[in-house]
Amino acid sequence: MNEFFTSVHLKEQLCMGCINCIKRCPTQAIRVRKGKAVITKEFCIDCGECIRICPHHAKEATYDSLEIMKNFEYTVALPAPSLYGQFNHLDDVNIVLTALKKMGFDSVYEVSGAAELVSEMSRHYVANNQDKWPLISTACPSVVRLIQVRFPNLLEHLLPICAPVDLAATLASKKAMQETGLPREKIGILFISPCPAKVTAVKSPIGIEHSEIDGVLAMKDIYPILLPYMKDSIDKVENLSISGRIGISWGGTGGEAGGLLSESYLAADGIENVIRVLEDLEDNKLDPLEFIELNACAGGCVGGVLTVENPYAAKIRLKKLRKYLPIACSHLENGDIEEGFWNDEVKYQPVFNIGKNMKESIENMARVESMYERFPKLDCGACGAPTCKALAEDIVRGVAKEEDCIHILREVIHKISGELSRLDTKK
Amino acid sequence: MNDMIQMHYVVPADDFTRAGEASSSVKSKLKLMGVKPEIIRKVAIAMYEGEINMVIHASGGDIDVTVTPEEIVMVLKDSGPGIADIEQAMQAGFSTAPDNIRALGFGAGMGLPNMKKYTDELLIESEVGVGTTVTMKVKMV
Repeated sequence: MNEFFTSVHLKEQLCMGCINCIKRCPTQAIRVRKGKAVITKEFCIDCGECIRICPHHAKEATYDSLEIMKNFEYTVALPAPSLYGQFNHLDDVNIVLTALKKMGFDSVYEVSGAAELVSEMSRHYVANNQDKWPLISTACPSVVRLIQVRFPNLLEHLLPICAPVDLAATLASKKAMQETGLPREKIGILFISPCPAKVTAVKSPIGIEHSEIDGVLAMKDIYPILLPYMKDSIDKVENLSISGRIGISWGGTGGEAGGLLSESYLAADGIENVIRVLEDLEDNKLDPLEFIELNACAGGCVGGVLTVENPYAAKIRLKKLRKYLPIACSHLENGDIEEGFWNDEVKYQPVFNIGKNMKESIENMARVESMYERFPKLDCGACGAPTCKALAEDIVRGVAKEEDCIHILREVIHKISGELSRLDTKK
Repeated sequence: MNDMIQMHYVVPADDFTRAGEASSSVKSKLKLMGVKPEIIRKVAIAMYEGEINMVIHASGGDIDVTVTPEEIVMVLKDSGPGIADIEQAMQAGFSTAPDNIRALGFGAGMGLPNMKKYTDELLIESEVGVGTTVTMKVKMV
């Protein structure tokens, strides 16, 4: 397991060294060095803000190409519910599922179906764990990573239930082995994802030791290929859907909370808003709640950077698709599913610490403060850091120097030129 | 010769997540029978709204659907609290749905107005403290 794998990365050739992404990154993980905006992997939470803002398309996500299907004898597609919102004039999700089979997947297992099982397990868990209220949703890997590196006090509030895609992968792989008799390695469980954070969640899972997902495909890669198959499928639709209103709703903000059938919840989206909610929660400023749903992307998963459609348009389409569906089509038949719970402890990862121990941290904090006093507080970004405070920290961490600040540099040059002119007049 | 089909559904009292299954089942059966899509849509929507109302407000009940070559009749009977003011309940936007299901899109207050819109006949009989029976007919024109 690669501890600091991040899906989001820089395509150096396209990077112009501007300051758009460094200013937007919610964890200040990016610095412009030697004219390129490099990401400090330990600080990156894969939220995709830099991908959204980059005017030169220099930031991108790593994910698997469709070629990965060839590695397996039997492939199962796991469509995220946000996929259904990408299509215009869609009135039946089975058209998408039938088309997925036509395009080459051997079978389909809806993530929204597993989502309904997660909702049912969550309803029981929330009801039985009042001491952990408010419980925080853990379906968004960016949010979980953010809490792990920045909000250690809130770790105990994380809902220790697998994200729907992970439960779907566990159930789909079991089902495929049973139905085909093939060994696990020959079966490919492939997730059709709206976002890069899910790629990282597969390679470096948090909360579970190992993910059953074999590959993560981008929704925007699947979309153009699926369209003609969907047109073909309209007359011969197979009934493959296993989800109802609750499952489909998971694709947008409020869906996960809605599935809890509780009034006492808060649902927020957009990484800056998520940070504000977490700060308030940490400071006990929020009213007592049972559950908090947090999504890094505006609109929810439909707003992920690997989607095609405007998130708000997609969300309305999901509302239409779910309107007359039964409330839920997937139900727990034999009580909670053991593999649906987390099996790995989530520990605080203090990646931002300014010192290795308290003594060093105090010394370094003092150095940061005094360094910061020398800067003009313009947060201009010319040094490559998003703020003057960040540059001060970088200097103390040993990854930058004072003269990186062009204002300090100007003072230095001024001083040198003053001395040179004095030398000159001495002639 | 039997030219009538009857379907009976028990809508469970205690599981909101099972709401909508009866309408879904009727919809599938009508599709198999080759009923016109526009008729199926009207029946599916009207019955769905009635079934959801039964679960949200009345702790479930019984639904009987009769299909003849002329029409489809749905009778939804519950032993719930009853509707005190039927005219008020029929107003678009009026809802007594609890807050905990509004995030799922309920509570817009369009259930009964939709049932009227999509059916050819709608009859609501209700007594407070006893229960409600809703009878809807959609013609197979």
